[in-house]
Amino acid sequence: MDTVLGIDLPTWWFLLIGALISGYGILDGFDLGAGALHLFFRKEQSRRIVLNAIGPVWDGNEVWLIIGAGALFAAFPLVYGTILSAFYLPFMILLVAIIFRAISIEFRSKEPMAWWRTFWDVSYCLSSTLISLLFGLVLGNLIQGIPLDKDHQFVGRLRDFFNPYALLIAVTVLSLFMLHGAMYLAMKTEDRLYAKMTVLINQTSKFFILCFITASMATLIYVPHMEAIFHKHPVLFVFPVTAVLIVLNIRRMVEQRRYLRGFISSGVTTALLMVLFALGLYPNLVLSRTHPEGHISIYEAASTDQSLRTMLLFAAIGMPLVLTYTVFVFWTFRGKVKLEETSY
Amino acid sequence: MDNVEILSRIQFAFTIAFHYIYPPLSIGLGVCLVIMEGLFLKTGNVVYEELTRFWVKIFALIFGIGVATGIVMEFEFGTNWAVYSRYVGDIFGSALAAEGIFAFALESGFLGILIFGWNRVSPRVHFLSTVLVALGSMFSALWIVVANSWQQTPAGYRIEGEGLKARAVVTNFWDMVFNPSSVERYSHVLIGAFLAGAFLVLSVSAWYILKGRFEDHSRKAFRIALWVAAVASLGQLFTGHQSAEVVTKYQPAKLAAMEGHFEKSAPADAWLFGWVDAEKQEVKGLKIPGGLSFLVHQDFTKPIPGLNSIPPENRPTAVNFVFQTYHLMVMIGMTLIGLSWLALFLLYRKKLFQTRWLMAVFVPSVLLPQIANQVGWYTAEVGRQPWVVYGHLRTSDALSQAVRAEHVLISLLLFTFIYVVLFGLFLYLLNKKIQHGPDTDLMTDENAPFSKRNPDLFEIH
Repeated sequence: MDTVLGIDLPTWWFLLIGALISGYGILDGFDLGAGALHLFFRKEQSRRIVLNAIGPVWDGNEVWLIIGAGALFAAFPLVYGTILSAFYLPFMILLVAIIFRAISIEFRSKEPMAWWRTFWDVSYCLSSTLISLLFGLVLGNLIQGIPLDKDHQFVGRLRDFFNPYALLIAVTVLSLFMLHGAMYLAMKTEDRLYAKMTVLINQTSKFFILCFITASMATLIYVPHMEAIFHKHPVLFVFPVTAVLIVLNIRRMVEQRRYLRGFISSGVTTALLMVLFALGLYPNLVLSRTHPEGHISIYEAASTDQSLRTMLLFAAIGMPLVLTYTVFVFWTFRGKVKLEETSY
Repeated sequence: MDNVEILSRIQFAFTIAFHYIYPPLSIGLGVCLVIMEGLFLKTGNVVYEELTRFWVKIFALIFGIGVATGIVMEFEFGTNWAVYSRYVGDIFGSALAAEGIFAFALESGFLGILIFGWNRVSPRVHFLSTVLVALGSMFSALWIVVANSWQQTPAGYRIEGEGLKARAVVTNFWDMVFNPSSVERYSHVLIGAFLAGAFLVLSVSAWYILKGRFEDHSRKAFRIALWVAAVASLGQLFTGHQSAEVVTKYQPAKLAAMEGHFEKSAPADAWLFGWVDAEKQEVKGLKIPGGLSFLVHQDFTKPIPGLNSIPPENRPTAVNFVFQTYHLMVMIGMTLIGLSWLALFLLYRKKLFQTRWLMAVFVPSVLLPQIANQVGWYTAEVGRQPWVVYGHLRTSDALSQAVRAEHVLISLLLFTFIYVVLFGLFLYLLNKKIQHGPDTDLMTDENAPFSKRNPDLFEIH
C-alpha cells in the first residue's frame, strides 16, 4: 500500500476530512451559534449589528462544509452514499434549513416593514438552531453506529435516529456553537450590546458545561466501544484530559472576560471532540450497530491510491490558499461592527 | 420505472434546473463587473463606480441563491444516487473536491470583500477581489463541466468489480480531465453564461433608457454588455458546432435524437423546426434535406447512423423532447447573434439609443439566454439517457437502495414549495433593486478619495 511520510493514503484522508469537519465546526460553528442566539436581541439596531458581525464571513465559512462533503465523496464514496442515503430525510431538512438561513440573512434588511424583518429574524434563528441540532443528531448516531447489514446496506428506520443519546449530542453541539458564537459576537460589539453579550456568554457557558458533562457520562456508560482505544493505548488519554482542561479554561476566560482566548478555547474544544470521535472510529468510518461485519473501514471505502494521491496534492496546494483567503477576509473585517451603507 | 427512480429523477432535474438559473448569471455578471470596475480604475469616472456598486448588489442577490441551491446538488448525489456516488466517486468526487477547494473557496472568500469591503480596502484590492470572484465562478463551472463531461464521454479510467460493487477508477488524471468533450462543452457552457449576464445588463439598461432614467450610466453599461454579448454570441456558434461534432463522434444516439433521425444508415436532414412522431418514426416540419450530413461531413449525401442502428434499450426515449429543446436552443442562439450585431451596427451609426423599438426588444431579451441555457442542458442530459455514465451505468441502476419513495416524495414537495416561494422573492427583490437603480446623487465631489466623497452616506441609518 502506498504511503506518504509513512502514513497510508486512506489514513491521510481520514485525517484530512476530520480536519475539514473540525474547520467547518470552528468557523460555521460561530455563525450558526450567533444565529441561534439571534432572537435574544430585541432591538432592531442590535439585530442588525449581530447579523453584520457574521455578514462578510459566513459564506466563506460554509465553504468548509462544501469542501468537506466533496472530500468525503472523493475519498470515501461508499461512505458518502451510505451515510447520506441512510439519513435521507434529516439531510433533506438540513438542506432546506441551509437554504432558509442563507435567504434570511440575505433578505432580512431588504425591506423596512417590521413584519418582514421579524419573519426573517425568526427564520434565521430557527434554521441556525435546526442546522446545529441536525449535525449533532447525525454525529450522535454515527458515534453509536447505525443499523447496517453485512453488505453495508442501511436496514434501519427513520425513528431509530431519534434516540436519547443522539438527541443529547444534538443539544450539546448546539450549546457549544451558541457559546462559540456568543464569544465571537462579544468581540464584534460594544457598549450595551457588549454588556448583554457578557450575560449571554455566562449563561451559554454554563449550559455548555452541563451538556458536556452529561454527554461525556452518557458516552462512557452507553457507548463503550468509543473508549476501547484508550485502554489499548493509554497514552492517548492525553486527548480527553486536554479536552476537559480546555473546557475548564473556557469557563476561566469567561470569568475574566477574555473573549478572544475563550473563543480560541471553544474552537479547540470543537477540534478535540472531533479527535476523540476519530480515535474511537479509526480505522472504521461508519460503525454498524447491528452487524459487526457491517462496519465500513477506510480501506474498504477508499478510492484508489492514485486518486487519493492526486487529491492529496490538491489539498497540499489548495488548503494553504483557502487558509490565506480566510485569514485575509477576517483581517479585513477585524474590529467592532460599524453599520454602513452596504450592510445588511 | 419504479417510484423511487421517477421521483428521484424529477427531484434532481427540478433542483438542478432551478439552480442553473443563477450561476450563469453570476458568471456573466462577473465579467461585466470586472470591465465596469476596471474602467473606473482606469478613468476615475465616478459613473463607473456607481455602476459597479449597483451591479454588485444584484450580483450578491443572485450569488446567494446560487450557493444555497448549489449545496443541494452536492448532497443529492449521496442521498438519492448512492450507487452512482460509489461508482463515480474516484472520478467525479475528485473533480467536485477540486471545485470546492480551488474555485468555490476563492469566490466565497472574496465575495465578502466585494460586497462589504468598499470602505475597508483600497480600490485596487477591491478590484482584485472582483477579478478573483469572477475567476472563481468560472473555475467552478470548469470542474463541474469536467465531471459532467466525463459522464458523457468517459476517458482515462477503467471499470473494477461487478454488479453493485462495480466502480470506475482513474487510470490517467489528465485524460479524465481533458476527456473528449470537456473543452468543447466547457467553452459552450461558459459562453452561455456570459450571454446570460450580458443580457441581464442589456435588459435593465434598455429599460432605464426607455424610461429616461440614469441615461449616462445606462448607456455606458449597455455598451459594455453589448460588446460582451456580440463577441459571445458569435463564439457560441463556434463552440456549439464543436460540441455537436463531439456528440456526433461519441454519442450518436443523442445526435440522432436531436434531429429526429431514425433510419439505420441514410443521409440525415437538418430541421429548421418540426415535430417528431416517435411511433411512426417520422418528423413533420421544414427541413434542409441532407443538412445534418452536410454539417457533419460537409457532404449532403453521406449517411449518418440513425436511432434504429442502436439497440432499443440503449436509445433515449424522449426523442421529440430532445429534438424540440435542441432546436429551441439553436433558434435562440441565432436570434442573439442577430440582435446583438444589429445593435452594434446601430451603435456604430450613433443611432442605437434613439431606436426605441430595439430598446423595447432588449428589455425582455434577458429571458432568451436563460431559456437557451436551460434547454441546451435538457438536450445534453435527456439525450444521454438511459445512461448516467455513458455506456457503463444506467440511470435506473444508479439509485440509492436505502431510500423509500415516500421520503423522496416529501423532499420533492418541500423543494417545490420552497423554490416557488424563493423564486417569487427573488423576482420581487430584483425588481425592487432595479426600480431603485444606482445611487447617483451620493458621490458629488469627484476629487475626494474613493468611497469617502460623502461621509454622510456611511452613517448608520
